[in-house]
Amino acid sequence: MSECTCHKNYTLDTLVPMVGVVTDIRQETPDVKTFRVNAPEGGKLFEHKPGQCAMLCCPGVGEAMFSITSSPTNKEYQEFSIKKCGVLTDYLHDLQVGDEITVRGPYGNNFPVDTELKGKNLLFVAGGIGLAPLRSVINYVLDNRDDYGTVDILYGSRSADDLVQLKEIQEVWMKAKDTNVYLTIDRPQDGWDGHVGFVPAYLKELELTTDKTVLVCGPPIMIKFVLAALTEMGFSKTQAYTTLELRMKCGVGKCGRCNIGSKYVCKDGPVFRCDEVDELPDEY
Amino acid sequence: MKKIALKDLSALLSLIAETEQIYLPCEKGGQVNYARYEDGVKVDLSTLKTVKSAKEVFFPQSETLYTMYKEGKKIRITQQELQSEDFILFGVRGCDVKGIEVLDKVFLSAPVDSFYSARRDHGTIVSLACGEPEESCFCTVFEVDPTSPAGDVTAWIVGETLYWKANTEKGEALTEKCASLLSDSDCAEVEAEKSKISSILSQLPYTNLSLESWHGEATKEKFSSDLWKELYKPCLGCGTCTFVCPTCQCYDLKDYDTGNGIQKYRCWDSCMYSDFTMMAHGNNRTSQMQRYRQRFMHKLVYFPANNNGMYSCVGCGRCVDKCPASTNIVKVIKAFSEKEGK
Amino acid sequence: MQELIRRMKELMADGTVQRVLGWKKGDLSYNPEPYYFNTAEELDEFVYDGFCGANLSKYMVKGSNLEGKTLVLLKPCDTYSFNQLIKEHRVDRDKAYIIGVGCKGKLSPEKLKEKGIKGIKSISGAEIDGDCTELKIDTVYGEKTVAYKDVMLERCHVCKGKEHRIYDELMLESADTCDGDRFTDVEIIENLPADEKFAYFRQELSKCIRCNACRNVCPACNCRKCVFDSTKFDSEQKANVDSFEESMFHIIRAFHVAGRCTDCGECSRVCPQGIPLHLFNRKFIKDINEYYGEFTAGEDAETKGPLTDYTLEDLEPDERR
Repeated sequence: MSECTCHKNYTLDTLVPMVGVVTDIRQETPDVKTFRVNAPEGGKLFEHKPGQCAMLCCPGVGEAMFSITSSPTNKEYQEFSIKKCGVLTDYLHDLQVGDEITVRGPYGNNFPVDTELKGKNLLFVAGGIGLAPLRSVINYVLDNRDDYGTVDILYGSRSADDLVQLKEIQEVWMKAKDTNVYLTIDRPQDGWDGHVGFVPAYLKELELTTDKTVLVCGPPIMIKFVLAALTEMGFSKTQAYTTLELRMKCGVGKCGRCNIGSKYVCKDGPVFRCDEVDELPDEY
Repeated sequence: MKKIALKDLSALLSLIAETEQIYLPCEKGGQVNYARYEDGVKVDLSTLKTVKSAKEVFFPQSETLYTMYKEGKKIRITQQELQSEDFILFGVRGCDVKGIEVLDKVFLSAPVDSFYSARRDHGTIVSLACGEPEESCFCTVFEVDPTSPAGDVTAWIVGETLYWKANTEKGEALTEKCASLLSDSDCAEVEAEKSKISSILSQLPYTNLSLESWHGEATKEKFSSDLWKELYKPCLGCGTCTFVCPTCQCYDLKDYDTGNGIQKYRCWDSCMYSDFTMMAHGNNRTSQMQRYRQRFMHKLVYFPANNNGMYSCVGCGRCVDKCPASTNIVKVIKAFSEKEGK
Repeated sequence: MQELIRRMKELMADGTVQRVLGWKKGDLSYNPEPYYFNTAEELDEFVYDGFCGANLSKYMVKGSNLEGKTLVLLKPCDTYSFNQLIKEHRVDRDKAYIIGVGCKGKLSPEKLKEKGIKGIKSISGAEIDGDCTELKIDTVYGEKTVAYKDVMLERCHVCKGKEHRIYDELMLESADTCDGDRFTDVEIIENLPADEKFAYFRQELSKCIRCNACRNVCPACNCRKCVFDSTKFDSEQKANVDSFEESMFHIIRAFHVAGRCTDCGECSRVCPQGIPLHLFNRKFIKDINEYYGEFTAGEDAETKGPLTDYTLEDLEPDERR
């Protein structure tokens, strides 16, 4: 029997997760909670870039990919804003502070905050839980404010109760330098004196100048109409970025779930420039 | 080149098995599949195609990757041991050897899959030339040479003799181990066998299959073709083609609660299954037509786009033999050729 | 067969049917595929011979949702499945124009392989118009001949009979192929000692690769969403490959189709690992016959099955063997 020495340099396989502990849970909306996750010994599990994702798993329940909503500039923890919409997310919503989950990542590419986006005027367009990946970028940009131009944030949701991260929006984003925040909800509601209407329509009403790079995330149908509105307003496809969401299992471009055309969304995405999205077969 | 009389093959296998496990085609319940060599197995080196390909030795249909133990709120994780003992994979046909090359592109590219990689590192492949290729074979279309397959050692069975040629260091080491049973030989018999096989290959019905229009740049044109809407119709949406395929590599990760720890296991999955892309908020491939198209587009367009033109098909013809509805990759390639007039 | 093609074209031309569900010529001499022919020209590719084993009844579940009538070709045994599907409200009788086609036994390409026949270039003798007694096979390894019966599917040796149970018209002649009793194999296994019986099924079922071909081809397995596809339970199709799981999958399936299975034999025909799945179903059929009286699922489209009907004469559990 020959003794194996060749794998001594292997650490854990990339599919084997770390253990993370939930250190804070915030009820954002009736069906969205934000979970703060730390390493059991304290500190962050890993470093990530804005737009990247991680696989969260509750043993025996399931594992799924979630975008990391906290900014890399946060040195203490990572956060995930998760909407209750399936077996795993139902279970996650029942977790208590101190419960452990498994985490692997970070996975995927990121918004090009250190390259293409640098020095640019930025427009963020988000719908519902679609704010989760963009929040990471927004906070990164605001924490490195001088590296970017103006910041416009358009965020919409079904109702005022469904706006995620409202406290941070009001207390941090609205007060930040050269930053405009536009909120909208789908239908009128008692106690809401802000804008009412769908995101794409509001976007057109705002008559923003086209000297901006746009980052869009939300339900697929919203993304579709936002992109149409942007084109109408004179933006080109190369000025806009979005993130795609597909079923994923491995997170490393091997299991085949998220394959569209020659791309694997988990590895080559989730962030795509909109002209790249157009190149993909229409299956997302 | 070395040789050994076929009647001494079991002595050879026993000699190797003294120190290393051997996996080779064995008959069980009327079907031939790769199995571990041990007392009582019925070795079958004459059947050309095992039902499942040799891929299952490196990428098993199901394997536990790690186990999670819940202790109160705490979770403890232990990774499954990696393959640490050398083993021999014996009697692999040229198509399956190429299939492993295709899988290497997936599992050995960064980030390396250590479970697969450990098995690859410890496995020595003894390939076997195809004495009697069948009508469903079309490996030559994918640049496989079944007369002289790759592998650490190449073997030929001619008449009552097995010829043996080491190709790599691993192969030399195995040859060394078997030295007491192997004798020196010239190449004359093997060369004659190779040309005999070549002449058979040229008569097989799929020999002239053209892949001209299939390449990494063909996404738009092929994806939007109306042909898929006709081609998929017989498809039953089962996973036979994917599970017998030597290159299909899609997998699922699932939890299995043993009552004492929850195993995270990996198992083969099929893009033909309706739930393959299903997630909490919907499914991006809702029709069997889309799923059928995905399988062939991946093999003939997307995979080559990412791997310098290498197709994710090796022409073994198992799907041709096994599809319950007799639809398969050859019919797809032919239908497009016919339409495109190529 | 030319007469059949002429008749199908006629029914298409006069608007009786919108399309034909039949078999399209394969690219090898033994692999025709189920196919919807939408035009008369496409029918030039039509074939009906000894290799057209596929039971087209189940394709009519989808066919029933298409616009207009579909002309479907059913062999005698296929009509049992079609009746059963009508009974279960999964096909629409009014959307089907059934031509009952004769059958002289269907062939198994697997059995050709078992006979050592390979490198096949062409096969003659499988034509429905011929006498179907001998196959002449031209291979790259020389000419071979084999008796038709020796490479026939198992199910044809225990044929239920050549009478079509439902049809709009009949075409082509049949030949009697039955030369065995379908319960013989079941009895052999019944009489094995328990440990041998267990060993036999373990050996057979351990070959299963869980490809679901048996389920997907089965006309009785017509649930819109199979419990084995549900992500909500641990029953999902890709269970950890473990012999217990394997056995349970097929046994649960056999229970589910009990009393509805017409013994069409498609499960065994399509199994890539050659598992004799029909034996489970036949065991159930045999038991049902013994406990409730002779019953053949799909003989007609109305009679309630013994397991879905309650009568005072039904056996009490303790009255069974």
